[in-house]
Amino acid sequence: MITFAIVLSIVLLFVILFLLFRIGTLASIFRGSSERAPGTTKTSNRVNSTLLLLFLVGGGAAFIWSFADSWEGMNLPVASVHGTWTDSLFWTTMIVIGIVFAITQVLLFYYSYKYQHKDNKRAYYYPHNNKLEIIWTMIPAVVMALLVFAGWKTWTKITSAAPESAVVVEVMGKQFNWMVRYPGQDGQLGVSKTTLIDATNEFGIDFSDPSAKDDFIPNQIHVPVGKPVLLKIRSRDVIHSVFLPHFRLKMDAVPGMPTSFWFVPTKTTAEMRTETGNPDFNYELACAELCGRGHFAMRFMLVVDEPAEYEAWLAEQKPFVEQNPGVMAKFATEAPQDLALDAKPGEKAEEDKTEL
Amino acid sequence: MSSTDITINQDVHHPHEEHDHHHDQNFIEKYIFSQDHKVIAKQYLITGIAWAFIGGFLSILFRLQLGWPEATFTFLEPILGGWVENGKLNPEFYLALVTMHGTIMVFFVLTAGLSGTFSNFLIPLQIGARDMASGFMNMLSYWIFFISSVIMFLSLFLETGPAAGGWTVYPPLSALPQAIEGSKGGMTMWLISMALFIVSQLLGGVNYITTVINLRTRGMSMTKLPLTIWAFFITAVLGLLAFPVLFSAALLLIFDRSFGTSFFLSDIFIAGEALAHSGGSAILFQHLFWFLGHPEVYIVIMPAFGIVSEVIATNARKPIFGYRAMIGSLLGIAVLSFVVWAHHMFVTGMNPFLGSVFMFLTLIIAVPSAVKVFNWLATLWRGNIRFTTAMMFAVGFVSLFISGGLTGIILGNSALDIQLHDTYFVIAHFHLVMGAAAFFGMFAGVYHWFPKMFGRMMDDKLGFVHFWLTFVAVYLVFMPMHYIGIAGFPRRYYAWTGFEVFNGFTDMNMFISISAILGFSAQFIFLFNFVYSIFRGRKTTLNPWHSNTLEWTTPVNPGHGNWPGEIPAVYRWPYDYSKPGAVEDYIPQNVPFSQTQSSNLPQERDFE
Repeated sequence: MITFAIVLSIVLLFVILFLLFRIGTLASIFRGSSERAPGTTKTSNRVNSTLLLLFLVGGGAAFIWSFADSWEGMNLPVASVHGTWTDSLFWTTMIVIGIVFAITQVLLFYYSYKYQHKDNKRAYYYPHNNKLEIIWTMIPAVVMALLVFAGWKTWTKITSAAPESAVVVEVMGKQFNWMVRYPGQDGQLGVSKTTLIDATNEFGIDFSDPSAKDDFIPNQIHVPVGKPVLLKIRSRDVIHSVFLPHFRLKMDAVPGMPTSFWFVPTKTTAEMRTETGNPDFNYELACAELCGRGHFAMRFMLVVDEPAEYEAWLAEQKPFVEQNPGVMAKFATEAPQDLALDAKPGEKAEEDKTEL
Repeated sequence: MSSTDITINQDVHHPHEEHDHHHDQNFIEKYIFSQDHKVIAKQYLITGIAWAFIGGFLSILFRLQLGWPEATFTFLEPILGGWVENGKLNPEFYLALVTMHGTIMVFFVLTAGLSGTFSNFLIPLQIGARDMASGFMNMLSYWIFFISSVIMFLSLFLETGPAAGGWTVYPPLSALPQAIEGSKGGMTMWLISMALFIVSQLLGGVNYITTVINLRTRGMSMTKLPLTIWAFFITAVLGLLAFPVLFSAALLLIFDRSFGTSFFLSDIFIAGEALAHSGGSAILFQHLFWFLGHPEVYIVIMPAFGIVSEVIATNARKPIFGYRAMIGSLLGIAVLSFVVWAHHMFVTGMNPFLGSVFMFLTLIIAVPSAVKVFNWLATLWRGNIRFTTAMMFAVGFVSLFISGGLTGIILGNSALDIQLHDTYFVIAHFHLVMGAAAFFGMFAGVYHWFPKMFGRMMDDKLGFVHFWLTFVAVYLVFMPMHYIGIAGFPRRYYAWTGFEVFNGFTDMNMFISISAILGFSAQFIFLFNFVYSIFRGRKTTLNPWHSNTLEWTTPVNPGHGNWPGEIPAVYRWPYDYSKPGAVEDYIPQNVPFSQTQSSNLPQERDFE
């Protein structure tokens, strides 16, 4: 029935179009306008140029209204130091392009209306004006130079090396989940290898490396407010992308090529709950790079704690090897071989660090 | 002789004896395997239109999912079979839909359909040539394109579905059949299709370049070329330099997929197994892909620049303002388009210094783009504008190009790209600037040159309805996408309701989907007008728009060889509109100069 209705609608649409076409042609012949050069009939010119002007006014009003109406939704509360820089740069740029947008669109539609065809008029022969062209080449060049400079300064700060004191968290993407690892008391992440991955040891951690012994794998990210946090990012299968919208943070997770991003959170989860008026608010980590069927469902939670709360949470965490004692059995038998391959696991860990 | 008695002289000059040696042709030679550039152009156009409807329909399917993520669409089951279960689109098929939509629109519609149609149709006609330099290669380029598009189409019927890794087909997703269903046969067919497509583009491009350089009629110096030809010429150069790089990337990807190499693969554990690959770089593929991918943006939009410049000048009855600056800006954009590719990769983990360099180069490309916009505005200023349907689309193009181009300034700024990368802000930006704007350029071209193609006129009233519905719908679709993009709403999400941060945009997404359906439906008006007018449209006159360029000096229905007699010589630039002292408000390029009339002086005098 629905299929029949759809087919009938399409047929009716074509019939209406056909009738419009015929009526339009007959009317233009009757009026004599079919004899005029195309685009010079008074009606079509007046109607279209007026509609263009109305589009400018109506569309402009609709744009302003919708922009204002969406303001709250589009402006996620920012919760990182660099996020305030990028937000500020974003809205500064928006103002600059907004001015250009308004001027050019107004001129486009206004000229279209004002200079609509008139039979007794001739257009102004004006093929060029070197001075004018130089001016409107230089102005965008200068504006772009300023935006480049502002952007470069911000980019340089964001991508600078993380402070030594940064809290280190390893984030690993896999189809279709995020996993995180903390370095434990020694502050060093143990060596990991793709070849060591199995159902239990999903990171492929080499537990023959001493610095891996205290690594722990929680099911949420916890970070302290006001302290630098370094995310060491990797993927074990395809490209994923760590995206924390409230922190204005995004970095791809690339298999075989560790990446990193550091940031300073400025608002605890509790503060954000107050600010947003949402008692269930949580910072969410999403995947921004298409990674397969479950791409849209790669959600992970991040909690920003007060430093004391963070320390308390840290103290509660148990190393992965304690929670999964069976995992060491494999390394008890394989360790000599692995150690022989690596020769100096400490150096390997250092190598891993410098790559980042 | 008074200053007002200069009339349009359509007589042709006879520099050399040239004859049409084309022999009698049977149906297959004339309409199927034709070597006539005009027929090949129509083949490109009709194939492009067919692909546009298929690509558009796919977008409507996934917009249904995005607009109503919780709804069921049982009526899709008879169309999509197993890809819809209990009225719900399969998430993997959703990804195939977005992949195919992007691939089809970018390559088959906006590259082949736009550039293929108008470069083929206009280059010989506007430069005064009998045909392309090699009619056979030209024919071959269309048929290879056709075969490549058929292969892509057939991938829709594979059990595992077509490619589903996005139109950018980043490895490892595209390289590993176990990563996603769409990386199986569908991806193989995608790669074969693209390899053939690139061959077709190269054959076409070499032909365009050779023709423009060698086959211009007497007097047609490079500075007398219409801007359309400049645009097509530079587009062909871009394609010739950029497409082979994608070809190499595709070839290496085939090796990784099928022969165990590791160009793009390294240290991967997938489907319960650690793979033997090591030492490759997934990011290398992105460098190779975007080395084509970014010039591709301009391969798509440049022909539209040319078409719109021509349509605006003709209908504003004014010389295009700053002709040489327009050529300079085309060249500037072309050169810069090759050195900005990594702005697609700011958050891939590449060296931040490289990010700074690419940010600088990316924002600089805004300067020649701005020059073009200002020059179009200056062309409209004090014009005597005829609102033909083509002109409406040209004005719409400028509006969309401004809107989409400006948001590019934000995305080109690496610090801002962190938040916006891979969000709907990007979708909105590039759909406005190289999707909708390029489509508007294409529509302007079709409406403007339809009389030359088919000897009949398209109906203006239907054209206006088509324009207004499309124009309004485009803004209604893409403006809200900016808003949700600023909030970080990610692209290529089958559903977002699992995220609190994205969950507030249900109404906005529904609004976008309804607008998209409106916009797509409006294209049936165009289809009707196009098909009906081919057979029943009002018959055209020799030069219906009172245009200056050479194509309007051919007969209404030119045969193979274009001009029945000799090819006209050229004396003027193509933009002598409303020249003071002239009787008519246009003086075609083939009208010789008078020794006495100021209005007939060569345009070079204007630049002294």
